[in-house]
Formats: sequence, C-alpha cells, structure tokens
Amino acid sequence: MQEITGKKASVKNSKFKDTLNHIRQNKVLYILLIPGLLYFLLFKYAPMAGIVIAFQDYVPYLGISGSQWVGLDNFRQLFLGNDFIRLLSNTLIIALLNIVIVFPAPIVLALLLNEIRGQIFKKCVQSSIYLPHFLSWTIVASLSTILLSVDSGVITELVQKFTGQTVNFLSDPNWFRPVIILQSIWKECGWGTIIYLAALSGVDQEQYEAAIMDGAGRFKRTWHVTLPGIRSTIVVMLILKCGSILNTGFDQIYLMTNSLNRSVADVFDTYVYTMGITNAAYSYSTAVGLFKSVVGVALVMLTNKIANLLGEDGLY
Amino acid sequence: MNKLHKMHNTNAGRVFDVFNYIFLGIFGIIMVLPFIYVVAGSFSTELELTTRSFFIWPHTFTASSYKYIFSTNTFIRSLLITIGVTVIGTLVQLFFSFTFAYPLSRKQLKGRNGLLNFVIFAMLFSGGMIPTYLVVKGLGLLDSYWALILPLAISPFNLMIIKNFFQEIPVELEECAKMDGCTEAGILVRVFLPLSKPMIATMSLFYAVGLWNDFMSPLLYMNDSTKWPIQLLLRQITVSSSASTALAEYDPSIVPPEQGIKFAVIVVATLPILMFYPFLQKHFAKGMMVGSVKG
Repeated sequence: MQEITGKKASVKNSKFKDTLNHIRQNKVLYILLIPGLLYFLLFKYAPMAGIVIAFQDYVPYLGISGSQWVGLDNFRQLFLGNDFIRLLSNTLIIALLNIVIVFPAPIVLALLLNEIRGQIFKKCVQSSIYLPHFLSWTIVASLSTILLSVDSGVITELVQKFTGQTVNFLSDPNWFRPVIILQSIWKECGWGTIIYLAALSGVDQEQYEAAIMDGAGRFKRTWHVTLPGIRSTIVVMLILKCGSILNTGFDQIYLMTNSLNRSVADVFDTYVYTMGITNAAYSYSTAVGLFKSVVGVALVMLTNKIANLLGEDGLY
Repeated sequence: MNKLHKMHNTNAGRVFDVFNYIFLGIFGIIMVLPFIYVVAGSFSTELELTTRSFFIWPHTFTASSYKYIFSTNTFIRSLLITIGVTVIGTLVQLFFSFTFAYPLSRKQLKGRNGLLNFVIFAMLFSGGMIPTYLVVKGLGLLDSYWALILPLAISPFNLMIIKNFFQEIPVELEECAKMDGCTEAGILVRVFLPLSKPMIATMSLFYAVGLWNDFMSPLLYMNDSTKWPIQLLLRQITVSSSASTALAEYDPSIVPPEQGIKFAVIVVATLPILMFYPFLQKHFAKGMMVGSVKG
C-alpha cells in the first residue's frame, strides 16, 4: 500500500519535474507569450468582465464592487423606453438595404469582370474600384459633404439643373438611407469582388466546355455553371453579413448624422456612443451593447443552421 | 477555353461584351472621379471653386490652399500626431503580434489549444465600446497617445494569419539549426525572422492603414482637441464646422480660402494611402485570400 502511494508520488514528482524541464528548455517560448497574454487579458477579457456593469447602477467613484446591483433594470429601460422601436427599425432597415442592395453588388460586378478577356482593361478597372476601400470613412464623409452640400455641391447643382428642385441630401431624412447605401457601394463593392473573383477562377472548366457542347449560351452558362460554382462562397459571405447585421458601421453613420436627420440615423452603435460617452450613462449603454452582441452571435448561429438545412456547408 | 469562347461568340454575346466594357469603364471612372475633382479643386483658386461646378483641370493653378494649411499650427500638429501614432503604433503592433504568434505556432508549447481558444473567443465576442472605454480610462490612458495604440496592439485576425504562416515553415529547418547548436532564441532570430520578412511587410501595411484611418479611438479617448489626429481634424473641417475656424488661426491679413482648405486637407489625408497603393493592393488582396482560405 505504502509502496503504491510512494510510486504515485514519485510519478507526480517526475511529471512536475518534466514540466519544469520542458519550460526551462523552451523558456524563450513562454517569455514571448507574456506581452500578448497581457494584451488579451487587459484589452479583451477585462472589458468582457466589465459587462457586469450592465446589471448594475455603475457609479465610477464607487467602482464595480461598490455599485448597486439592479438586475435587469437597464434592459427593462431599453425595451420599454421610447428609443427602442426607433433604434431597432432604423438598424433593421439599414441592415436590410445592405443585404438586398449592397451585398449582391460585388457578385454582379465580379460576374461582369469575369466576362472581360482583355487583361489590361481588367487590371485597370480593378485598380480603380479597389481604391476607395483604403480610404477612411472620414474621407468618404468629407467627399460626400463636398459633393452634396446645398450651396456648392456638384451633385446638388446637377440635380437642380435637371429637375429644378434643390434637394438637401445631407439633412433631408428621406435622403439619409440612399446616401448611406451609395457610400457603402462606392467604398466596398469593388473590394468585395476579390473573394468572388477567386471563387470564379476555381469553377471547373470542364463543366463550361460541356455546357458549350450542349449549346448553352453565355447567359445560360452563367446561370447553370458559374453561379452554382460560387454558391458556397456566396452562402459563407451571406452568413458573415447576417451575423454583423446589427453592426451598421459606427464611423459611417456617426459621420453622416446631424441634428436634422437624427430621427432616421440613430442606430444601436451610435446610440451606445451617445448614451455612454456623451451622457455618461455607463451601465445603460453597456446593456444596449450587450443586447446587440448577443443578438449578433445568435444571428450567426441561426443563419448557419439555415444554411446547413439547405444543404450548404456554412461556417462550421 | 478562349478558343471555345470565340467559337461560340454569338451576336448577342458580342453586344453584351460591348456594353460590359462600356459599363465597367464608366464604373471604374466613377470610382476615382470624386477624388480627381478634389485634387483639381485643391490646386485651384477660391473663385474658380465657387463659380465652376465640376472640373478635373483648374484654369489657374495655385498652391495657396496648401500654403494656408501648412501655415497653421493646428494642421501641422495633427499631421505630425497621425504620422507619429502610425509609425510607433505599427512597430508596437508588429512586436505584440509576432511575439505572440510565434509560441502559438510551436507544437511543443503546453496548453497551446487552450490559448488558441482563448484568442478565438475574443474574436467572436467582445466587451463592447463602453466597457473597453472604462478599462482605458481606468488605466489613466485618456488623452494619452498610447490610447490610440495599445487597445489595438493585436488584431486577432492578423495574429491567426501570422501563426499559420509560422506553422508552414518546415520543421527540418528548425531541427537543422538545433543540430548546429542554435539555441531557441537563436532559431527565432536566425531562422524565423529572416524568413518572415514578406509577412512583416504585409502586416506593417495592414496595421499602418488601420492606424492612419482610425477615427473611433481618437473620438473615444481624446478629449483634448490639441491632441487630435488628422481624421478628427478633417471631420471638424469638412463635416461639422467652417474650415478656417477649425484651424483657428486668427491672422486678419490673410483671407483663408474656405473651400480650398477642405480640398487640400482631404488630399493630404489621403496622400500616404495613394503613395503606397500599389503595395497595398497586392498585399491586402493576398492577405484577404489567406484569411478566407483558413476560415
């Protein structure tokens, strides 16, 4: 009996020694881990722990331990408050427009580019349509302001010439969403083609040849060979898009919001900023943010499930 | 393939081709047209900007808008801040990302899977804007330039790309170096570092563009407007207030070119992106493919 426990202890001891030896031999590896670990703990996991203030009435000088717990009061305030319906509908309308208009744009563009056989022309078009992706939203907003301003904007003047009406694109609430959608297409639609062009180059050439032999024209080939060939890529991109449906893009919306179009411009992201930073309602805005990210994760899982049911591989 | 295409090019197909070329040509031009206008506008006179509506070539060339913005302290200061944050920030990000990615790529590291899950979870779920703000505030980083750098020190997505890159380096190289009596640190410096030069170049561009364009961090963390980087100054000049008051230089003898200032500031804020654009296009497209292949 004693012998056995002794053996166990010595096994344990030698295992511990092995680990110690291992660490000593690879100490460089473990030292290198330190800065990255600290980063993740401090700037990723500490904020995650900080989410608990969503269930508190957080007062900065009392800290998390001193502040009062209020349960779901902040969420109640959000769901029963006057802002919720407006925020949700603004966010969902922009998200829907993004999925219906902005999402298919690069697919169409990639299909058109794929039909171009002049390599130099193709390269030129690609270089030009990729460029806006690298510009910041501040630049995009500035360009929009210059082009669309009432007193000197080029586009405003053009519209005035043709229709005789002065449209205030920047502050008319009816024009907020079209401007946002156009900006998004201008900035990201070209860049979005990269992934589809790569998928298109992987479509089986033999199927094309077979389709040609069967007498299929170019439109039929696109419909029956090309599109099915890139379907799984489209599905994966759609899942990713749906998962970020509530991420309407803080920078863009924030920069295009002004006091006149606020009624249609307020979305969850900008609302969190206004409530949290401008009004210092830390607990309430954290609750709003938490609601947003939980719905986001749920949406990714849901769309993935639907994709699986439809016989696609999806993300996982 | 091309032969087959040609063989079966019907009339309808040819008509489509013509329209396709025209459409994509126009589309390509529209993408860069606003920018060409802004460059042209930045070199023209205030009078021309207010009287002519759209042009891509100014009648009279003048650099007065540039002269004006470079005569103001506000503009030069915020340009220098952005350059400084971008350069130092990129170095910090490279250091944090590469030192963390290397051990994560080594099979002999104990608890490697746990660490990978630790990273992946942070990619899926985040604390959100306000809790992160409170952490930065708690660390006393508000109004410090480090607030623009440290919270972004590692992009988990880039980290995974670097890790995968390290993993693809053949084990034999490492074993050979060990046989030759190389220490663990020596292997890193003499084997891995020289091999990862292209990866370092790609990541520098990824990180530098992100820092140069960053709008949200300064908006959140910089209350002191004398510490604003160029993106915030740009917003103030073009979107929210008049250009000359934003630059706040009260010299009554100079009438500031109100419109020209806006154009010139946009051009300066875009210049680095344009200068590196050929590299950016190549490296970013590659990086996007790596990311998408690995999921």
